[in-house]
Amino acid sequence: MFDKMHIKMNVNGEDHEFLAEPRDLLIYALREKLNITGPHVGCDTSHCGACTVTVDGKSVKSCTMFVAQANGAEITTVEGIGQPDALHVLQESFREHHGLQCGFCTPGMITRATKLLEENANPTEEEVRFGMAGNICRCTGYQNIVKSILAAASELNSAKEAAQ
Amino acid sequence: MNDLTPDREERSAGLKGLGCSRKRVEDARFTQGKGNYVDDVKLPGMLHGDFVRSPYAHARVVSVNKDAALALDGVVAVLTAEDLAPLNLHWMPTLAGDKQMVLADGKVLFQGQEVAFVVARDRYVAADAVELVEVEYEELPVITDPFESLKSDVVLREDLAGQTEGPHGPRKHHNHIFTWEQGDETATNQVLDDAEVVATESMYYHRTHPCPLETCGSVASMDKVNGKLTLWGTFQAPHVVRTVASLLSGIEEHNIRVISPDIGGGFGNKVGVYPGYVCSIVASIVTGQPVKWVEDRMENLMSTAFARDYWMTGKIAATKDGKITGLHCHVTADHGGFDACADPTKFPAGFMNICTGSYDIPVAYLGVDGVYTNKAPGGVSYRCSFRVTEAVYFIERMIEVLAIELDMDAAELRRINFIKKEQFPYQSALGWEYDSGDYHTAWDKALKTVDYEGLRKEQADRVEAFKRGETRKLMGVGLSFFTEIVGAGPVKNCDILGMGMFDSCEIRIHPTGSAIARLGTISQGQGHATTFAQILASEIGISADNIAIEEGDTDTAPYGLGTYGSRSTPVAGAAAAMAGRKIRAKAQMIAAYLLEVHDDDVEFDVDRFAVKGAPERFKTMKDIAYAAYNQAIPGIEPGLEAVSYYDPPNMTYPFGAYVCVMDIDVDTGVPEIRRFYALDDCGTRINPMIIEGQVHGGLTEALAVALGQEISYDKMGNVKTGTLMDFFLPTAWEVPNYETDHTVTPSPHHPIGAKGVGESPHVGGVPCFSNAVQDAFRAFGLRHTNMPHDHWRIWQTANDLGLHE
Repeated sequence: MFDKMHIKMNVNGEDHEFLAEPRDLLIYALREKLNITGPHVGCDTSHCGACTVTVDGKSVKSCTMFVAQANGAEITTVEGIGQPDALHVLQESFREHHGLQCGFCTPGMITRATKLLEENANPTEEEVRFGMAGNICRCTGYQNIVKSILAAASELNSAKEAAQ
Repeated sequence: MNDLTPDREERSAGLKGLGCSRKRVEDARFTQGKGNYVDDVKLPGMLHGDFVRSPYAHARVVSVNKDAALALDGVVAVLTAEDLAPLNLHWMPTLAGDKQMVLADGKVLFQGQEVAFVVARDRYVAADAVELVEVEYEELPVITDPFESLKSDVVLREDLAGQTEGPHGPRKHHNHIFTWEQGDETATNQVLDDAEVVATESMYYHRTHPCPLETCGSVASMDKVNGKLTLWGTFQAPHVVRTVASLLSGIEEHNIRVISPDIGGGFGNKVGVYPGYVCSIVASIVTGQPVKWVEDRMENLMSTAFARDYWMTGKIAATKDGKITGLHCHVTADHGGFDACADPTKFPAGFMNICTGSYDIPVAYLGVDGVYTNKAPGGVSYRCSFRVTEAVYFIERMIEVLAIELDMDAAELRRINFIKKEQFPYQSALGWEYDSGDYHTAWDKALKTVDYEGLRKEQADRVEAFKRGETRKLMGVGLSFFTEIVGAGPVKNCDILGMGMFDSCEIRIHPTGSAIARLGTISQGQGHATTFAQILASEIGISADNIAIEEGDTDTAPYGLGTYGSRSTPVAGAAAAMAGRKIRAKAQMIAAYLLEVHDDDVEFDVDRFAVKGAPERFKTMKDIAYAAYNQAIPGIEPGLEAVSYYDPPNMTYPFGAYVCVMDIDVDTGVPEIRRFYALDDCGTRINPMIIEGQVHGGLTEALAVALGQEISYDKMGNVKTGTLMDFFLPTAWEVPNYETDHTVTPSPHHPIGAKGVGESPHVGGVPCFSNAVQDAFRAFGLRHTNMPHDHWRIWQTANDLGLHE
């Protein structure tokens, strides 16, 4: 229906090139063209955050960004945050503190939380709650998500101190 | 000689069985983005389906012109009712005994109703084609109020015109669905007439929606070569879906495989059968290619499965000193355009007759009238057993109103009316047999923990300070004590579309002593893979880490009725325990043979069978499993597996005591939750970490419903809350930290004494939040105000009470 664009992007350290309509949303390009299905669609209106990815260092709701806008970008999804044999501290922490139930919001939560801790390495509970307010969870009531993130922050800080 | 180390305690801990806060086995996959949800299913040649939906709430469909849509490159088919009629699939049966249009057959009855199904190469082309389908409508008068509906000349369901008898008895009017009555109305009215005190109140439990983060969807793949249909979908009851799909389509049941993959939350939304499922199947049969349908959020909120919408009127009779003598409840239930309530067949208003609550009320009556309106069909149990949320809200509000009438403390009023511990099993006036409970102990523990007397004193001081103009914040102390009724069956009482509500577990022990178990339920976040393994670990002495759990694939799992109404632990959990006991019985015989003693001379000890009085002579379950496959044992066939189909003798009755302390700014209407204490008694506790997580989640959904979440319509039948902009889902910012606590009163009839917990916090939480808001204004004369208590409505309450003057 529309002329396709030639899109280049780096996702989780890997270069991709593909054709897409300018109106294609980033979330569908990731999920359906690149088979990166960690980010989910929960609302289509950028309220729920299940589709959260990192685009050029910023948390972005990929259901509200055209793939054309992400042309040339560096993108990280939950799949790029840790590896099966070397999970990110946050991934471990969510499991340890029961910060997830159905798992649908979890990729967005973890992707957002990694950025949050980069932005603020030592957040208060209030700052975590505010910083995560763009990500909706229907299962956990957030208490254990907040706990998971605070515990991960403290672990990351201890590791940093030990390294110094 | 065998080594007796490690000791018993250590071996027991190694099992990670009952009572262990075992970390979840599901999490590794979910935290790495490797869940497999319906929208992740991608098949070669897969097409995408999308609906043309009605913009009108009530209209005739004059014509549907597909030409422009079919001309669009990439569009494969456009289906209408006319196309489905030859297959007799343009209508489908609902779970409530009614029928529902799959695609509009001559008229539409609610905004968002499915009119045509477009099938195209990808989701974008499908969406474009939806816009190109030209539908001509002729508007009809819209009715969104059930009381108006019962008086109106407008016939909503023309297909039922003239039918004075429905599946649940006589219909009083052309827009009336059923009357359901329980209890003794004459005796109840007599008690009300003779009572020293009667409190009367009407309340509206507004329409809302379960809104799991993942919407509903399905992928149908009809393989025309081998005649087999595979259907992936967001199904809380995959086996029932297979049977229904077979009955509707005529495809033999063995040629249908239904798979519920990972489900992104259900909360009742994914119990029903929706037109999208049917259309994806038909489209796959028609096109010969796999067809995916996934609804978007707006479609989800507008068309699949609302909850509540009960207009309830209560009369409660009591003596002057507060002893309740009778209860009368009438409900006008708005079921929308079709009666698609997800309730067991004999219960058109679910278990609303649990509305006598936790109280010993000698006489009661419940009458429910179901009514058609121009609103979406549904009526699912949003995080509760069938209509239990409505029942508990009703009685917990009536108690508060009675306390006002009697000028009595609401906590004390509850205490003097609780069913006493020694009265269990308790026969309620509305027909239930409560299995076990110790309400006084739970209540006293809750009140003591929160320093109830101190809170009341602080509240009284606050009222005085407010009157003196020293503060603009009032304080509310919300109380609720709830009794749930979960775990349907038994089969003799409960069925869905004729299928009895048992559940099942099949377990197979491998030669090396690890195992796989499959159940008829399906997890939607509850952590079944973790907790069912724990039940089995304690029963069969194999570590939970070595027991794989599978659910949701009808080709491999035993038949079961699925997961809703907190029935997984009460029913499938019981089946797991019973299957485990069968394994243990065979293991005992094998162990006795290996130890060269009589069967009765060995006893089970955590992870082994040992000779009685000689614990150093034993065979571990691992040894036994190996022998079961590799040693010829006279009189015993090889292998070690078992299956159990469990029909529960009764339902289970979890209960709890909740207290919410809230500060309310009367000038902004903003409620601030200072403290929330939740004591739950769900009987035997399988995994405390998961129980606590369920309580946090259920309370948060309760907060949402009580404080702002609703599906509302304007007079034209337009849905006003169709996106997450308008439909309130709390974020981390609005939600408090909760304190959880427990008592343990095991169910006497459940094999391990467990009762189920997933829905309790929602059931008990809604009245607790609502009571907190209303209690804040009690000193200023408020008796009752309807939910949801959003900021605007709270402000309005304050204004109506003259608190802004």
